[in-house]
Amino acid sequence: MVKFKSSADLTQKRREILAQREGKRYIAINASGTCGLSSGSDKVSRAFSAEIEKQGLSGRVEVRATGCLGFCENSPVVIIFPEEICYVKVKPEDVPEVIAETIIGGKLVERLLYRGEGGKRIAREGDIPFYKHQSRIVFGNNRSIDPRSIDDYIAQGGYAALGKALLEMSPEGVLETVKKANLRGRGGGGFPAGVKWETTRNAPGKKKYVIVNADEGDPGAYMDRSLLEGNPHSVIEGLIIGAYAIGSHEGYVYVRQEYPLAVENLSIALNQARRYGLLGRNILGSGFSFDVTIHRGAGAFVSGESSALMNAIEGRVGEPRPKYIRTAVSGVRERPSNLNNVETWANVPLIIDRGADWFSGIGTKGSKGTKIFSLVGKVNNTGLVEVPMGMTLRQIIFDIGGGIKQGRKFKAVQTGGPSGGVLPEGLLDLPVDFDQLAAAGSMMGSGGMIVMDEDSCMVDVARYFLDFLSGESCGKCVPCREGIRQMLRILNRICEGKGKEGDIDLLEELSAVVRDSSLCALGQTAPNPVLSTIKYFRDEYEAHIQKKRCPAGACKSLISYYILPEKCQACQICARECSVGAISGGKNLVHVIDQDKCTKCGTCIEVCPAKFDAVVKLSGEPVPPAPPPGTEVTRSKGKKR
Amino acid sequence: MKKGTSVTLTIDGKEVNARAGMTILEAARKAGIYIPTLCHNDKLEPYGACRICTVEISRNNKTRLVTACVYPVEDGLNVKTDTAAVKKIRQTLLELMLASSPSKTIEEMARGYGITKSRFEAERTNCILCGQCVRYCNEVKGANAIGFVGRGTERRVVFFPEIASTVCASCRECFSLCPTGKLPAETDGVSFTDLTLEDFLGAGQPGV
Repeated sequence: MVKFKSSADLTQKRREILAQREGKRYIAINASGTCGLSSGSDKVSRAFSAEIEKQGLSGRVEVRATGCLGFCENSPVVIIFPEEICYVKVKPEDVPEVIAETIIGGKLVERLLYRGEGGKRIAREGDIPFYKHQSRIVFGNNRSIDPRSIDDYIAQGGYAALGKALLEMSPEGVLETVKKANLRGRGGGGFPAGVKWETTRNAPGKKKYVIVNADEGDPGAYMDRSLLEGNPHSVIEGLIIGAYAIGSHEGYVYVRQEYPLAVENLSIALNQARRYGLLGRNILGSGFSFDVTIHRGAGAFVSGESSALMNAIEGRVGEPRPKYIRTAVSGVRERPSNLNNVETWANVPLIIDRGADWFSGIGTKGSKGTKIFSLVGKVNNTGLVEVPMGMTLRQIIFDIGGGIKQGRKFKAVQTGGPSGGVLPEGLLDLPVDFDQLAAAGSMMGSGGMIVMDEDSCMVDVARYFLDFLSGESCGKCVPCREGIRQMLRILNRICEGKGKEGDIDLLEELSAVVRDSSLCALGQTAPNPVLSTIKYFRDEYEAHIQKKRCPAGACKSLISYYILPEKCQACQICARECSVGAISGGKNLVHVIDQDKCTKCGTCIEVCPAKFDAVVKLSGEPVPPAPPPGTEVTRSKGKKR
Repeated sequence: MKKGTSVTLTIDGKEVNARAGMTILEAARKAGIYIPTLCHNDKLEPYGACRICTVEISRNNKTRLVTACVYPVEDGLNVKTDTAAVKKIRQTLLELMLASSPSKTIEEMARGYGITKSRFEAERTNCILCGQCVRYCNEVKGANAIGFVGRGTERRVVFFPEIASTVCASCRECFSLCPTGKLPAETDGVSFTDLTLEDFLGAGQPGV
């Protein structure tokens, strides 16, 4: 590789790459992303490479192992360019057919196409409802890039924004553009990035740092991981541009050790950028120098908090600092340190490239651009989705997500991770942006979106998040440590049917104190799951406490399984399947569940044939007495055994 | 503002002079105004863990709750040390500490705020993790014989046997700092020279 000495060198390189690729087809497979690898996409990728060689197509068709393509539910996903034909759940043995039919024959392999509504086959990626309703400005390039190839990124126009910023704009101009675009932090708080940059820029001190926060730790959230794995250069480019605007020459990427592939792809990307002279001294001949160090985090959720992260980078325990001074002014080694998360940085090159007006033309009044969400839970199309700010929850969950699994009823959606809240059906038409979510008692957070159906108990959901936080709080300050401990105790009690009158008030009272007096944002937001579930699902709390009933039938202490004697046909399946031998019966005898032995796993209700429908789940009511031993079944008319 | 410059602030209606770089707690004490503390120690860096020194500050009609032991004084700052919101926080924190670490110090302070009983279930740790022992050993003695392990509700204080066995027997200066009395009570009669790695890992660990 030759170092670029100017913007022209970069442009020239891009021309060369494009010329070399002209007329070539390429096949994208999500084989450079964790999710893809876990579904076997690497094997599919290798099969394609082998088959292309076998068929003598090497000069004309290229296989590109890309990062996450978003559509987890249908991985391994294969997209064939230029037609953008999308094949889903592709196996290695499908590969020869795809090459023969599609690449050579120009025909579709119908059986590998995505099936839309009514079983209709959809050929083009962009026509699949999951993709059709998205605006993938940040995430979309993943499909065109092998994260281990800087040339792929450059071919997509990568680093052109860096050239523009360094050679055509002043640092102040870059700063003003980001401020004007009103890019808000994608990591949780939604603080305007430009304003933060300005604070660090103006803070006293010669040495300043810019940092990427890749300590993504919310349960069920993986958008930052997928961006770092799939398009690391977009994050690096954003970081260099930010460093230029701020006047920093040293950067860090704080990434969790649990993301080994992200660390690997990022390391490769940094080295490639260095070799092209996009990092290091005198970048693109601009006179500006900058380099980046990767700091691998040891896996504490709280290390995502800015001052804790700074401590961790210094080699100390990742605990928040008690000081009332922003890290933008005094961070790593008490020097001004600007911290933004992965997705925020990845937006920067787009803003510089296409302008503040373009960016602020997307989204709502207070929240501009797009946001990537990890749409998970009881939704048909789980995956990473990128939508313009202001799209409603309903559009995200039903149009993109394809609605609730098994045609069940939507109950709630949890946004913002453990610091966020739970929103009910009545708020499905809420436009999703920073301010609307906060006003509804939740938050954007980093973009987790967990969809729940009627089988989810809202008290149990609050309990789950508090349990998570009780282990992830650093434990330093009293309100967070002891407050979470006691909130969790109360929630556990309620879920076990031992809730007391006054528990809800006590939870609310304690929540207010934990929110107002905790040292850092972890504690300050820890009560949100509790407060939002009480706000929207108070009746569920009351049912648990007063009637000892779990309306969702999820809290094991509050449910019982019972076999209706008049419906049982003694098929004996439930007795056979019960893992603890809690069901007694026999040929022609009504089956009975021994309530003392029963572990409430629910297998009996699952295996009872639908035509009998004899097992029921009870909550909040006593289990009827068992029929006397030896009671024979009542046969339905005309059905004799 | 440059350190040492004179600043004027109001604490509980009283005009107080202080020097830039001081904390609200220092300024209040200098003026004879009481703010309760548990984790604070003049010899140690401000720590901000017990949050009992929470006070209400206001500036330009905006009020905020901050910890007096850390928050630096500012010119024109209006501090109230005993508002309803402040009282509520202290009462609840004391109730929480009564459930985990009832001791003479905590009980007395709680009584001062009208709390004699905690509404929370007891889960005894007998340590409020004020960290005075750990910080004293580190900041004053430079010995680092005692430290924190664990996270969240599992966080606790332990002696590190390799160091403790050589330095603690002749020092024991941290014992008198303990606001819950756990440290002196549980290390009474412990011969630090006999500490083994097993002590550190489990049974017999003093101070756990």
